[in-house]
Amino acid sequence: MTAISVSGAGAVCPTPTIESERVLLGHGSGGKLSAALLRDHILPWFTSPALRELGDAAVVPISGAELALSTDAFVVSPLEFPGGDIGVLAVHGTLNDLAMVGADPRYITVGFVIEEGLPLATLDRIVASMARSAERAGVAIVAGDTKVVERGKADGLFITTTGIGTFDGTFRAAPTGARDGDVVLVSGPVGAHGMTIMSVREGLGFETELISDTAALHPLVRQLRQAVADDVHVMRDPTRGGVASALNEIAAASRVGIELDEQAIPVDPPVFAACEVLGLDPLYVANEGIFLAIVPASVVDSALAALRAHPLGTRSRKIGRVTGANAGTVWVRTAIGGTRVVDMLPGDQLPRIC
Amino acid sequence: MKYLSEYRDARIAKALAHRIRATASRRWVLMEVCGGQTHTIVRQGIDELLGDAVEMIHGPGCPVCVTPLEQIDRAVALASRPDVTFTSFGDMLRVPGSDCDLQQVRARGGTVRVVYSPLDAVELAQRNPDRQVVFFAVGFETTAPANAMAVWRAHQLGVRNFSMLVSHVTVPPAMIALLEAPDNRVQGFLAAGHVCTVMGWDEYEPIAERYHVPIVVTGFEPVDILEGVLLAVTQLEAGEARVENQYVRSVRREGNTAARELVGRVFRLVDRKWRGIGEIPSSGLAIREEYADFDAELRFGVQDIHANESPDCRAGDVLRGQLKPIDCPMFGNVCTPMHPLGAPMVSTEGACAAYFTAGRLRSPVAGGVQ
Repeated sequence: MTAISVSGAGAVCPTPTIESERVLLGHGSGGKLSAALLRDHILPWFTSPALRELGDAAVVPISGAELALSTDAFVVSPLEFPGGDIGVLAVHGTLNDLAMVGADPRYITVGFVIEEGLPLATLDRIVASMARSAERAGVAIVAGDTKVVERGKADGLFITTTGIGTFDGTFRAAPTGARDGDVVLVSGPVGAHGMTIMSVREGLGFETELISDTAALHPLVRQLRQAVADDVHVMRDPTRGGVASALNEIAAASRVGIELDEQAIPVDPPVFAACEVLGLDPLYVANEGIFLAIVPASVVDSALAALRAHPLGTRSRKIGRVTGANAGTVWVRTAIGGTRVVDMLPGDQLPRIC
Repeated sequence: MKYLSEYRDARIAKALAHRIRATASRRWVLMEVCGGQTHTIVRQGIDELLGDAVEMIHGPGCPVCVTPLEQIDRAVALASRPDVTFTSFGDMLRVPGSDCDLQQVRARGGTVRVVYSPLDAVELAQRNPDRQVVFFAVGFETTAPANAMAVWRAHQLGVRNFSMLVSHVTVPPAMIALLEAPDNRVQGFLAAGHVCTVMGWDEYEPIAERYHVPIVVTGFEPVDILEGVLLAVTQLEAGEARVENQYVRSVRREGNTAARELVGRVFRLVDRKWRGIGEIPSSGLAIREEYADFDAELRFGVQDIHANESPDCRAGDVLRGQLKPIDCPMFGNVCTPMHPLGAPMVSTEGACAAYFTAGRLRSPVAGGVQ
């Protein structure tokens, strides 16, 4: 072992940054790359004031009233998974975006991009489940479009939905509303949808009891608002990018710091186990049936009681608080008393090697 | 979760930290070898609990971080071929090569797929007989058995369209290289529990004896790491230098003999470049001649791709424990996880990324909003 050389000179690592001239998968992750895509390539051209807050839905004036408007595109593989399918997601996703600004969802439109070769039986099942979800949620699907593309040009089926909602009263929630001293609530355990999709995706064959949490949240939101007399500062459904990305967006928009208590964040055991196996953090995993509510400390007890009284919110928890310090930053107080910053990820969360 | 939550118990962790601080009569310098341990230390804030008793420096045990640039370039060359489906663990996709990374190869039309096991890549090859499926085998002794198994299985099944780009490295030669460096500061090691689960610890005994350093085989949870630190500090205070096993629920002295046997059958020891450290003799694994048909470097003739790494980034100093990530002038401004200059900023196990994503605002947070 005499020939070993440890050279201090020439500390080695690759040449600088590669700016991509093409869209990467990570641009769709909900993390920093997604934000950069919006900031650099979309928002310079779309300049409506209604877009400025980048809330889940736009609030627009029409004929003297205000309406909430939201649109969303759904791409998921596989199309059907434990707890739901792409059609249910497409209905719930748009309803939830409307609910997060405080609107009551009323009407939905739907666009289908169908790949040549998709079994009609699959399409029938998905459309039927969309109809059931909409009916259960009390909204009507009132317009739509279908397009078929050649085999290989789409992944079975893509769906877009657009929703419109109305307001009763003056309550509007926006991501800019968090204040020093507020409390962060979550309406249920985190990470279930994203880990369900990963567990059933081709090539990942672990046997678990994971079920997607997809749900229409507006009845739960209504219950919360009634209990606290609309004293809710921010609501957000933490879909792609998870709780961590949603809270980072709120911290930036409201110019506050957010401290989370690691031990208070509810994670179901199968989700926890799947995350441990893959080296993923449940805080960055997508959800489709929970929301974050930031409320003043004075209404925490009544807010939690109202959420827990609804079947979708029985496991609501207080998970953190808003501070004036470290504006724009989210961090976690760890179980053993340390701290760590919970930043937005650049792109997708990457499973670790070992 | 059984065998997990009890090792994250805050009460036990705090008690161990208290005992470490009470035992240390001076500030000791320990290195945790494995990136998984670095991840836990920074993620859980263990370094905050240790106070002045112990300085932890983060070793070269992140497989993503030590994979040399030219292996990334070879991966990029293979993944860019129209006949190749290139498979890899997820965190290799963002490691920058000389020209681009694997994500960008995918965006330019290459076929790159994330797999969770090399055996999935073998299956993919079976299902797609018209494609050449290449698996990027990186990592330490921990991942070597599964990768050896993939080659062995492809050989048994006669899967001719499967091959492997191998960049395996082994831990003990790197520890020796660090200890022999004239500027070495490491006084004791936490050895990597998963590496030792495969390899056992007999090869560490001559190192502890020759260089007079305690080596504690340690697990990955907060309580494991704190107990490992306590055992190492106790030895240092007593002037001892032995191999001790903290990770008794997983590691036996002889390791996993079946796994070792398989690794020995498929791989042979070779000299290997480490990013940030340079070439270390007999520190890498390559496919043996009997299985050379499965060696992607030979099959596709990419062994002549070489790359010189830039001297601008100080990843080497970080990987050798000479520089804390936060003390690097590039850290957090020029070099971030969005735009990594070096591999330690890419993987969550990399020391720089661990500091950036988890520890960046530690001081103001701790002082500001208790």
